[in-house]
Parts: sequence; C-alpha cells; structure tokens
Amino acid sequence: MNAHEYALALGDDALIASQRLSEWVTKAPSLEEEVALANIALDLLGQARALLAYAGEPNGLDEDAMAYRRAPEEYRCAHLVERQIGDFAVTTARLLVFSAYQYELYTHLSASTDPLLAGVAGKAVKEVAYHRDHAAQWTLRLGDGTESSNRRMQNGLYVVWPDVAELFAPRRELAPLIDAGIAVDPAALTAQWTTFVMAILAQAGLDEPGVAPAPGGGRDGVHTPEFADLHVEMTSLHLAHPGASW
Amino acid sequence: MSEATEPLWEVFVRARRGLNHTHVGSLHAPDATMALRNARDLFTRRQEGVSVWVVPAAAITASSPEEKDSFFDPAADKVYRHPTFYQLPAEVDHL
Repeated sequence: MNAHEYALALGDDALIASQRLSEWVTKAPSLEEEVALANIALDLLGQARALLAYAGEPNGLDEDAMAYRRAPEEYRCAHLVERQIGDFAVTTARLLVFSAYQYELYTHLSASTDPLLAGVAGKAVKEVAYHRDHAAQWTLRLGDGTESSNRRMQNGLYVVWPDVAELFAPRRELAPLIDAGIAVDPAALTAQWTTFVMAILAQAGLDEPGVAPAPGGGRDGVHTPEFADLHVEMTSLHLAHPGASW
Repeated sequence: MSEATEPLWEVFVRARRGLNHTHVGSLHAPDATMALRNARDLFTRRQEGVSVWVVPAAAITASSPEEKDSFFDPAADKVYRHPTFYQLPAEVDHL
C-alpha cells in the first residue's frame, strides 16, 4: 500500500458521509439545521475532493472519475458512513462518532510526513472540530431533553454503534505507512475518541450501547446493500451526462 | 423541534476588528448556544465576520410605527443640533 491508496479510504469516508448528509437538504427539522448539515456535508466534500484527486493521481484519474466512475467494490469507505440516514437522532449519533473519529485522525495526520496528507488534515481538523461540536450539542440536547428525545437518541446510538469498531480496526497493510510516518494507526486513536464520546454520553444521560461490533469489510470493498442503492443514485447523473458541470 | 417551540434570536455580526456589530437577520434556536452556532452557519459562511452576537428577540424593546411622528419628526427642523450650524472663529478652524 502507498500514500495514494491510503488517501482513497479517507477520501471515500468523507465522500460518502457527505453524500448521506446531503439527503437532509429539504427534509431537516428546521431551516437552520438544514443549512448546518449542508455546511458539514460541503466541508466533507471538500476533504473528499483533495483526497480523491490525490488517490487518482498515479492512474491519471481526476476527482470526478474517482468519485463517480468506480464500481461499488472499488470504494473503500467504512460501513458507518454508507448506512441510511435514519431519523435525526440516528444522523446525530453517526455524526458524533464519525466526526470524533475524524477529529483524532486529522489531528495526528496533520503531522504526516506526506505533505499533501498533512496539508489536507491540517485544514480539515478545524472543520471536523466544528462538526464534532455540532453533533455533541445535539446529543446533549436530545439526551437531556424529553423522555421521548432521550429514547430516540439512545436508539440512534444503538443503530450506529456496531459500525464504530471498523473505523479503529487495525489494518496490517497500513504497517509500512505507519512506520514511515505517512499514515495514522487507527487503533491508536481509540483511547482519545472514547474519552471524548463517553464524556458527552455521560453528560447527556445516555448509555454506551452494549452491542457487538459488526464484521465490517468496507476497507476491502465489501459493502452493505444500502451502499449499492446509494452508489446507483450518486453515479446516475455522471452516467447520463458524462463530464457534466455547471 | 418544530420552530414554533424554538424562540427567535436576532443576530449581530462584526465584519472586521474595529467595526461595530451590525444586525444581519434573525433565526430560530432552542437556546443561546445553538443560536450562536446557527448564526455561524447561516450568516458567516462567506467570511462575513470575526465575531457574532445573538440576542433573544423578546429582549429587544422596539419603538412602534405609531409613535414614529412623535419620536422622530420633531428632529426634522432643528438644524442647530448639527455642529455645522455653528460658525466657528477662524482660530479654531482646524479643531
């Protein structure tokens, strides 16, 4: 594995998370929240553009080709980001665990020996700090809100929790890149992530879901049925109008 | 989470250091912390500001349109309230 292949998984996480969050546009609980989620989605899309352009460089593929012209099994995103958005509590729970992961990842990656990865991470860490705060604010309000909002927020955590482990799963093929200071060891991020997320859950009156981790497989190109639907929709415009732009 | 239950907030943005906070609009939010974040997302997306205030709309006491005549018209014919009305001695021209 090289730095470009490493960037592929990071870029796919950002791309697919962005695509899913965009589904809230026209459907969010309030206009204010809709703009907030769209902003976050656009931040993630910006990260995806830089990372996917880098990933496609050795093969002469631009960011659009990387984002829209690959077969489903060529994507390397984690299952967490490809799931259906669910209700607002599920989206909030997913954004909390994902942005908290990205925050730790980019914080460490900004010291990468690969200048492009370090640059993207250095810029993105400020963005995901805000995403993480946004999700944390809603987790606190829903968890510490009414009986109904607490129940739904707790359910949101149950829905997303099995997919969290895949983010931190050790990957043997990363070892040379970690040794070279290019990549971040995902397993090494667990402690700080846990500290942050557990503090929010405790403050919100929510419990850590006692559910077993799902098998994962996204990093190897094995995806959920939900991803297949997402992929069809996401790539349809590019298939119908190759090279479309505005 | 319907907007009906979320109070209205007025948003003030300072564009640059040294300038005043200027009213830019209003939004709904459940509390002050979320109002500030919503304001950031709605009104400073294009680098419009370096500082944001949010104020509960209910905390603002506004003059009413019916009072417009008695409030503002009496100032119309009082030119002596403008400094330019006064002739200054030549010695203080560059005051």
